[in-house]
Amino acid sequence: MNLTLKVWRQANSQAKGKMETYKMEEVSPDMSFLEMMDVLNEQLMTQGIEPVAFDHDCREGICGMCSMFINGEAHGPDRLVTTCQLHMRKFKDGDTITIEPFRAEAFPVIKDLTVDRSAFDRVQQAGGFVSVNTSGNTQDANAIPIDKHDADKAFDAATCIGCGACVATCKNASAMLFVSAKVSQYALLPQGKVEATDRVLSMVKQMDEEGFGNCTNTGACEVECPKGISLENIARMNREYLSASLKG
Amino acid sequence: MAKQDSKIPEGPVADKWNNHKGKINLVSPANKRLIDVIVVGTGLAGASASATLAELGYNVKTFCFQDSPRRAHSIAAQGGINAAKNYQGDGDSTYRLFYDTIKGGDYRSREANVHRLAEVSTNIIDQCVAQGVPFARDYGGLLDNRSFGGVLVSRTFYAKGQTGQQLLLGAYSAMNRQIGRGKIKMYNRHEMMDVVVVDGKARGIITRNLVNGKIERHGAHAVVIASGGYGNVFFLSTNAMGSNVSASWKIHKKGAHFANPCFTQIHPTCIPVSGDHQSKLTLMSESLRNDGRIWVPKKLEDVKAIREGKLKPTELAEEDRDYYLERRYPAFGNLVPRDVASRAAKERCDAGFGVNKTGEAVYLDFAAAIMRYGKEQAHVKGLDENDAVLVKKLGQTVVRSKYGNLFQMYEKIVDQDPYETPMMIYPAVHYTMGGVWVDYNLMTTIQGCYAIGEANFSDHGANRLGASALMQGLADGYFVLPYTIGDYLADDIRTGPIDTQLPEFEKAEAAVKAQIEGFISNKGKNSVDYYHRKLGKIMWNKCGMSRNAKELKEAIKEIQELREDFYKNVNVPGKADEFNEQLAKAGRVADFLELGELFAKDALERTESCGGHFREESQTPEGEALRDDENFTFVSAWEYKGVPAKAKLHKEELNYEEIEVKTRSYK
Amino acid sequence: MTLTASSIGRKVTMALSGIFLVLFLTQHFSINLLSVFSESLFNQVSHFMGNNPIVQFILQPILIFGVLFHFVMGFVLELKNSKSRGVKYANYKGGTNASWMSRNMIYSGIVILSFLGLHFYDFWVPEMNYKYVEVLPLNPDRYFEELVHKFESPVRVGIYALSFVFLSLHLLHGFASSFQSVGINNKYSKALKSFTTAFSLVVPLGFVFIALFHHLTAF
Repeated sequence: MNLTLKVWRQANSQAKGKMETYKMEEVSPDMSFLEMMDVLNEQLMTQGIEPVAFDHDCREGICGMCSMFINGEAHGPDRLVTTCQLHMRKFKDGDTITIEPFRAEAFPVIKDLTVDRSAFDRVQQAGGFVSVNTSGNTQDANAIPIDKHDADKAFDAATCIGCGACVATCKNASAMLFVSAKVSQYALLPQGKVEATDRVLSMVKQMDEEGFGNCTNTGACEVECPKGISLENIARMNREYLSASLKG
Repeated sequence: MAKQDSKIPEGPVADKWNNHKGKINLVSPANKRLIDVIVVGTGLAGASASATLAELGYNVKTFCFQDSPRRAHSIAAQGGINAAKNYQGDGDSTYRLFYDTIKGGDYRSREANVHRLAEVSTNIIDQCVAQGVPFARDYGGLLDNRSFGGVLVSRTFYAKGQTGQQLLLGAYSAMNRQIGRGKIKMYNRHEMMDVVVVDGKARGIITRNLVNGKIERHGAHAVVIASGGYGNVFFLSTNAMGSNVSASWKIHKKGAHFANPCFTQIHPTCIPVSGDHQSKLTLMSESLRNDGRIWVPKKLEDVKAIREGKLKPTELAEEDRDYYLERRYPAFGNLVPRDVASRAAKERCDAGFGVNKTGEAVYLDFAAAIMRYGKEQAHVKGLDENDAVLVKKLGQTVVRSKYGNLFQMYEKIVDQDPYETPMMIYPAVHYTMGGVWVDYNLMTTIQGCYAIGEANFSDHGANRLGASALMQGLADGYFVLPYTIGDYLADDIRTGPIDTQLPEFEKAEAAVKAQIEGFISNKGKNSVDYYHRKLGKIMWNKCGMSRNAKELKEAIKEIQELREDFYKNVNVPGKADEFNEQLAKAGRVADFLELGELFAKDALERTESCGGHFREESQTPEGEALRDDENFTFVSAWEYKGVPAKAKLHKEELNYEEIEVKTRSYK
Repeated sequence: MTLTASSIGRKVTMALSGIFLVLFLTQHFSINLLSVFSESLFNQVSHFMGNNPIVQFILQPILIFGVLFHFVMGFVLELKNSKSRGVKYANYKGGTNASWMSRNMIYSGIVILSFLGLHFYDFWVPEMNYKYVEVLPLNPDRYFEELVHKFESPVRVGIYALSFVFLSLHLLHGFASSFQSVGINNKYSKALKSFTTAFSLVVPLGFVFIALFHHLTAF
C-alpha cells in the first residue's frame, strides 16, 4: 500500500507544532500501525529528519501507553483496540492518514505525538486504592464470598488500561470514564466499600483540579474505549458521588 | 572485590524462613524515617516493594522509564498466579508447590528460596483480595482456580486473561496510596544510567530524565533493582519494547554477579512471525493448552498443500494429523512444561511440518473442546446432543467465556477466526530465569544493592512454571525484601543523608555523560534498531531453543564484531538534552550487546541440557534433554572483568536436602 | 455548596433542572392540547393557571429560575468544556462515536432560548401586562382567542415549528441523558430510553401540530 501521512510535529512542550506530510510506500497490510510508524522513522532517519516521537511499550494492547489520534479517532478506526493492535489492513491503498497526539489541556504535549498523562496518576493517588497495609496479615482470601456478578462487573471496570482514549475522544476532554472505572471497581467489592465515600469525593475533586472537562453523556468514550468500559460506570460514580455528597 | 555467600539459614528447609525472620536485625520506626531506599522499576516486584517499604516507614524513591508506573510489563501477564491455598481440596500444599517449582526448574534453583516462595504464596492471595483485586470467582462467591502447564493440581488464581494487569494495578494502587501520603517520591520517565558505589556499598544512582535529558544524581542507603528480565536481547520477544537489561547490567559492571544468563524461557503459545517488519511477538496464555490440542499434519504433502492454500486444516482427517505432544508425552499430553512443548514444536517444524508460509507454526486446535463443551451444555440444558450445529454453537459460547479476549486478540492480529479454524502458534522468547545473582536476603554481591523479581535469578532454576512469575514478583516485593533489607539497613541508622557531591557520584555522572556524548556525536550510518535486529538474529539462531558448541562460539565472535561495529557506525539523531527515544534505545542496545556475549559464553560453558537450556550434545537417544547432575548442579555466577569475554565464573553449588534429584519426566 | 462546585454536581443540577423543565413541558403541552378539543375547557384551565396564586407566585418564579439556571449552567459548562481542549484537532470525527444531538446541545439550546424570547414576547409579556401593569378586568374567555390570533401568521408558525424541531433534538439527548447524570443506568434503562425518545418526538411535534391546527382552522 502507498500512504500519505499527516503527522503532528512539535519539538517540545513550549514549541509551536504543525502538521507535516510524509509519503510511505509498500506498506504491508499485516503491519501493526506502530510497526508502520517504525518504518516511517527508519525512513525519516535516512533522510536526515528527526524521527517522530510517540509513546508505546507492550505492543499488545494492555499497557495503555500508545496514544495516537488517527483519522479523527482515538486509536484509529477499529473498535476495541489500542493503536498497537490496529493493523494496516484497516486502511486502503492511497489513503491519507492524519495522526495527532491525544489532545486535552490536562494532557500537555511533550514532543510530537507524546503527551503527559500524569494527571491520571494523580487522580489515582487521590483515592484509587483500598487502605490496607501490605503486611500479608489480612484475613483469608475466601473469608468474604463475593457475588459472582459483582465480581465480574468489578473486573470489567478494572480492565481499564489508563490510555486516555476517553479523554482524547470526548468533545469536552472529560475523564469521567477513566475515573468512574476505578470508583466502580472498588464500589462493587466489599473490600472497597469501606472507604467509598471519601474515595469518590477526593478522586472527583482531583479530576476537576486537573482541568478535565465535564461529562455531557455523549457516550463517545464508551465507543472508543479499547477495553469497552461501560457508561454504566459513569452512572454508578454519579450515584456514588451524590450519596457521598449528601452524607457530608 | 565482591564475596559471594548465599547466606542460606541453618535448619530444616521448612523452618528456615521463620527462623531467619526471627533473628533478622530490625530498624525501629523512628529510624526508618532517616533511611532512603531507591527502587528501580515498577512492575509487580518494584511496585509492591516500594509500597511496602514506604508503609514500613522508609523514604522511598521509585523510578520507571514509562510515563506511569502502571505501564510496567508485568501488566501483560495473562494466565494467573499460583498459590498453595488448596481451596480445591485436590491435595495441594506448600510442599507440593515447592516440589513442583524445583522439579519444573529442572533442579537448578535454590531450595531455601523456593520453599520460602511457596510459603508466602498464600499471603499474596489474601493480600491482593484485601486490596480489591477482582479475581475470578465461582457462583458460590469463592475464588476460582485453574490448572496450569506442568502440574497436577488446580492452584492458579486468575482474573480472566488479565491476571498480571489486575495484580499490577493492585500493587500500583498500594503505591499510589503511599505517593499520596508523600512516602514514595515517584519519578516517571526516568532511566537509571548507573549505580553509584561508595566504599563497596550501593549509595545511589545516576538517572536521565527522558523528557528533557537532564542527568540527575540520587542518593540512598540502599538500591533495589526491579527492572525485569532481558528477553529483548533477542529483539523479537514477548517483552515490551522498552524492556531492557540496563539496570541489571550496570550493577553487574559495578560488581554484582550475573547468574545463569543462558536460562531463557521460550514460550510455546505465541502468534507466529508475519514478516520482516515485526517489532515484537504476542503471547497467548498457556491456559489455552488446557483445551487446545496441538498438531501438525502427518504427511509432508498435506503440509505443502496447506502452505499453498490448497487444503484447509479443518479438511484434514483425524488420522492424518499428528498430535505430537499427546503422542510423545501421554501422561501430560498438551500440558507438558513450556520448554518441552516449545522444543517439540521446533522439532516438528525443523522436520518440515510447519504449517504457515515461513514454516514456523503449528496448530492449536479447539474444535474438539468446542464439541466436548457443546455436548455437555446440550446435556445440561436438555437439548439434542446429536445436533452438530447446535452443539458447536453451545461449545463456542463456553470457549468464548473462557478465552474470549485471547481469541479476539488472535483474530485482530492474524485476521483469521479461531472459532472456525485452528490457531497457528510458534514459540517465542518470553522470560529469563537467569539474572542478577542474589543471596537469601536478595542482596547482590554489591553491599546494599538488591535485585528482586525477574531481575534476579533465584527461584525458577532452569525453567519457570506457568503462573509462577507473578507469584515470585509479589513475594519478593511484598513479603521478602521489606524484611530482609532491614538486616542491612540496621547498620545505617546513623549514616545520615547520602551526599551526592561525593567523588563517586561525580565520576559516575561524568561517565554517563561521556557515553551519551559519544552516541550523539557518532553520526554513523546505521540506526540503533539495525543493530538490535542483527543481535536478535544471532541470539535466536545460535542461542535459541537448542544450542551447540560450534554455533555458540560463532555467536560470541559475531556479537563481538557487531558490538565493535555498533560503536563505530551507529547513528543517534537529535540532541542529548531533549526527549530522544533513539538515544535511550542506543544505551539499552549497547548493554544488550554485552549481555548477549555473556549469555552465549554461559551457554557454551554449560554442556548439559537442563530446563530451557538444550545442548544438542547432551540428549537421550529419543531426543529428550539430558541433564548432567554430577558436573552441573550449580549456579553459574559471572563476575565482570572489563569485557564479557573475561568474565570470571563463580559456582554456587546447589544442595538438595529436601528433594531427591530426579530425571524430569512428563511421559 | 459542593454540588454546584464540582463537575458531577453541576451535571446533576443540569439534569435535575432539565427534568423539571420536561415536567413543565408536559403540563404545558397537555393544556395546549386541550385547545384542539375544547375551547371552553382550554379557557377554564388557562384561567386557573393564570390566576391561581400558587401557580403565579410560587410555581412561576421556580420555573423562571429553572429556565435561567438551566441555560446559565449550560453556558458555564460549555465554556469550561471548550477550554478543556485548547488546541483543537485538525481532524475530529465526532460523528463516528456520538450522535449529532449529544454533540450540539449548546446549539439546540441556543435556538430554544431564542425561541423562548419570542415566546415571552408573544404570550408572557402581554399576559403580565394585562394582569399586573394595566390591571385589566378578568376575562376567563380571552385565552383561546389570543392563542388562535398568534397562529395566524405563517411566518410565526414556521419559526415556531422549526424551534420545536430543535427542542426535539435537544430532548432526544437531554432527557435520557439526565437519568444517566443522576446515576440511573440499569436493566430498565433500555425501556426508559425508548420512552424518552418517544416523548422527545411526540411532545414537540404535538406542539407543532397544535400550531398548525389553529393556523389552518382559523380561516
